[in-house]
Amino acid sequence: MKDLYKLTVKEASEKIQAGEISSEELTKSCLERVKEMEPEINAFITVTEKYALTRAKEIDKKLSKKELRSPLVGIPYSLKDVYVTKGIETTAGSRILKGYIPQYDATVHRRIEEAGGILIGKTNCDPFGFGSSTEHSGYGVTKNPNNTDYVPGGSSGGSGAAVAYGGGLYSIAEDTGGSIRCPASFCGVDGLKVTYGRVSRYGALAYASSYDTVGPIAQNAEDIALIMSVIAGKDPFDATSFEGGKDDPPDYSRNLGKSLKGRKIGLPKEYYGKGLDDEVRNVIEKAIDKYKSLGCETVEISLPYTEFAIAAYYVVGISEASSNLARYDGIRYGIDVEAEGWKEKMQEVRSRGFSDEAKRRIMVGTYALSKGYADKYYKKAQKVRQLLRNDFERALNEVDIILTPTMPVLPFKIGENIDDPLKMWLVDAFTAAINPVGVPALSVNAGTSKDGLPVGMQLIGPHFLEDRLLNFAHIFEAS
Amino acid sequence: MSYELVLGLEIHIQSKTKSKMFCACSTDYFGKEPNTYTCPVCLGLPGALPVPNKKAIDLCMKLGLALNCSINQETKFDRKNYFYTDLPKGYQISQYDQPLCYEGHIDLEIDGENHRIGITRVHQEEDTGKSSYAGGRTFLDYNKSGVPLIEVVTEADFRSIDEVLEFANQLRLLVRYLGVSDADMEKGQMRFEPNISLRRKGYAKLPPYKVEVKNIGSISVLENVIRGEIERQSEILDKGETPVQETRGLVDMTGETVSQRAKETEADYRYFPEPDIPPIVFTKEDIENVRKELPKRSPYELRSYYLDEIGLSPKDADFFVNDLEVSSLFNKLVDGKESDKKYIDSIVSLIKTLHSVIIENSIDRNFSDLDPGFIKMVIEEPPPGHLLKELLKVKIETYWEKDLSPNEILQKEGLESVSDANELSEFADKVISANPKAVSDYKNNPNAIMFLVGQVMSQMNGKADPNIVKKILEGKLK
Repeated sequence: MKDLYKLTVKEASEKIQAGEISSEELTKSCLERVKEMEPEINAFITVTEKYALTRAKEIDKKLSKKELRSPLVGIPYSLKDVYVTKGIETTAGSRILKGYIPQYDATVHRRIEEAGGILIGKTNCDPFGFGSSTEHSGYGVTKNPNNTDYVPGGSSGGSGAAVAYGGGLYSIAEDTGGSIRCPASFCGVDGLKVTYGRVSRYGALAYASSYDTVGPIAQNAEDIALIMSVIAGKDPFDATSFEGGKDDPPDYSRNLGKSLKGRKIGLPKEYYGKGLDDEVRNVIEKAIDKYKSLGCETVEISLPYTEFAIAAYYVVGISEASSNLARYDGIRYGIDVEAEGWKEKMQEVRSRGFSDEAKRRIMVGTYALSKGYADKYYKKAQKVRQLLRNDFERALNEVDIILTPTMPVLPFKIGENIDDPLKMWLVDAFTAAINPVGVPALSVNAGTSKDGLPVGMQLIGPHFLEDRLLNFAHIFEAS
Repeated sequence: MSYELVLGLEIHIQSKTKSKMFCACSTDYFGKEPNTYTCPVCLGLPGALPVPNKKAIDLCMKLGLALNCSINQETKFDRKNYFYTDLPKGYQISQYDQPLCYEGHIDLEIDGENHRIGITRVHQEEDTGKSSYAGGRTFLDYNKSGVPLIEVVTEADFRSIDEVLEFANQLRLLVRYLGVSDADMEKGQMRFEPNISLRRKGYAKLPPYKVEVKNIGSISVLENVIRGEIERQSEILDKGETPVQETRGLVDMTGETVSQRAKETEADYRYFPEPDIPPIVFTKEDIENVRKELPKRSPYELRSYYLDEIGLSPKDADFFVNDLEVSSLFNKLVDGKESDKKYIDSIVSLIKTLHSVIIENSIDRNFSDLDPGFIKMVIEEPPPGHLLKELLKVKIETYWEKDLSPNEILQKEGLESVSDANELSEFADKVISANPKAVSDYKNNPNAIMFLVGQVMSQMNGKADPNIVKKILEGKLK
């Protein structure tokens, strides 16, 4: 069979379970695709070819004995390079961790491996998730497979690009302020930012601990549902993971296909005002029309604190980041330098190892937490965060889901925004507002611009109702 | 000029838990090979997350309640940010503005007068690793990293060295008695940091400076440090100057200190709520349940009750007061018979035996839950001496919840002793005739009888009291 890498998770899973294809064949197909595309795209920091082929052979053996039943058995996937993998280099896209080999596995990786998944590599990203374009990576920029002059989005640009070109059937990425949704939107695939606490963060290199979420990027909503059923659920190693009782996690596929007749979609007016690119607006309006034709009702709603969201997001996010990055001191792991004393060593390691964007966030975050400024910045931002939560709670009581563009702009050209950090921060406006609130948000490919650049729509729902978002997306994709 | 001491204390106490504060690593690290009691969490490896130890939080609350503190029904952890080699995450998980316990006090009686010391707060945090220096290099051991640490902060209520020493001794006794910590100061399980200043006698205002001395691991050194500071600060004040606000460190065990950091560079720890640990909420009932576990008497009251009303020796009194479980069983057994000297002696001896059985066999049981009725039966009808330890051991290990008498247990375990004189005599005769050499040895060396006793015991599968066997043999060989 040709071009197996083009299969969806669902299709591939059915073929594997039926014995039509082997995991080894599928894995080889993906690895060949990676070899073909990587020189141009650079979606991967590490390709684990040998590891993947060995695993695939083992899994094929187990499959022949019918020992594994998960829909992820034998399916090749990639991990954003912010997840620790025992024995496999993990860099977070930063030079400071060049050569770092972790001693343990992230829970999400362990769960997928236990389900029979095949890791084919670790994907490129902005260091520690700091960025919306993957241009800040210490391992070269990733290009958008749809048009290589353009960025793939970020920070999980490698994951978005890999899934878009078939370098693994799905990727596990990480979303702190849009890092899954932005590249999903820019690369023309789907990406889910889960409810905070839904998927264990254990082993995910922290950016902003109270925003960080672990979720999939895949070709469609149906695949995301299959992946979620494997990765969601309480983890004793993550105190913030959600304790859902014995029927948790649910089967995320069970509601797929339910009619959307009479369901209410909220359109927040703050997300459709000035600053929204016309081409993006066109695609989103067409998507809204499609939902109407499927029997949905749309209502204009208001999220009045939206204008403060991005400021609040950044103040809290980088405050936490400044503390989370303190451990990279070069003493126990990471790059090494010769220096006079331990203080000089720490300074030298951090000066050389961190990107400018990381340093920017450490400095601003440290400032926002400092004595005399914490009240003015950090604490005030936390108050805004509560107001944002109230906004969304109120709105989501009135409607089933909220629909917005994922990004206010089309994918931009590589280098276009690199010298304007503030502009780069602002393109996250629609996605970054969601993480302080904690609700789930799914970016669904909604169409393309005149020039063929992908446009994503963002579906936002109440806490822990990822399956509702997945059904809205699935119906859209299937009709 | 004459000055008055104004002193507050911070005390760090390592809690007595099996595992560390935020991971499953053992706390039994003392004397172990460096960096062998570590994991991704306590090494601060990328991606690792802390999960709080509930037992440690309970112990912290217990100590807070014993110090008459109020309990924050909603408490949380915060990050205290600073860089140091032995702080692997670049921050310490501690508590800032919602400590678990706050506003308590302890009453000290000194020379018949009551001195109340205010407790500002009692909170939970984690210990750091250990740095040591040799040959121009720094050596790091993270075995201690993440061990649960309770911090007690007092008001600046101490006015004399006597008060400080009395407080330190009482607190150490209290945490041992409550089972909060072993407070072994040689192992660094209890450390003091005094804030010391002086003011002119008769003045009520707090002095405009204070001198903090870090990390004092012994009460006698604490005393020396305070004496040294009083002298040093008095000299400065006598000259009409104000001592510099600073942090000082110990030079050696004599209590001599040296300046480490002046106020100008005081650290800003940039506290903020630890986002990796959700706030912890207690119901009133949760708190009352911990309060119920507190003993009615303070260890000091208990000690004087043991000495004055029961007449225990100071050594025995200390033995009981050092362990709440032991003293609680003892108190149950005393049961109004404080003046029955013979009875008291027998329970003291029995509890000591019980204690050694538990230690020798590393048994993990709460002493105070042992049925006192069973112990009374053992006292009233003691088994043969050599079987006592064995009886106690099987009672704890196998018959903990079973309501069997000591004799029933001995029978079930096949431990009953043959006391039938005829039977014993028969065995003794056999052994004597089979061992002529040992018998002739005994004529010259009375100690040789132990060989014959051993032979009898072994032929009877141990089911005899060796003391009785010895007497029978001696009778026969006279």
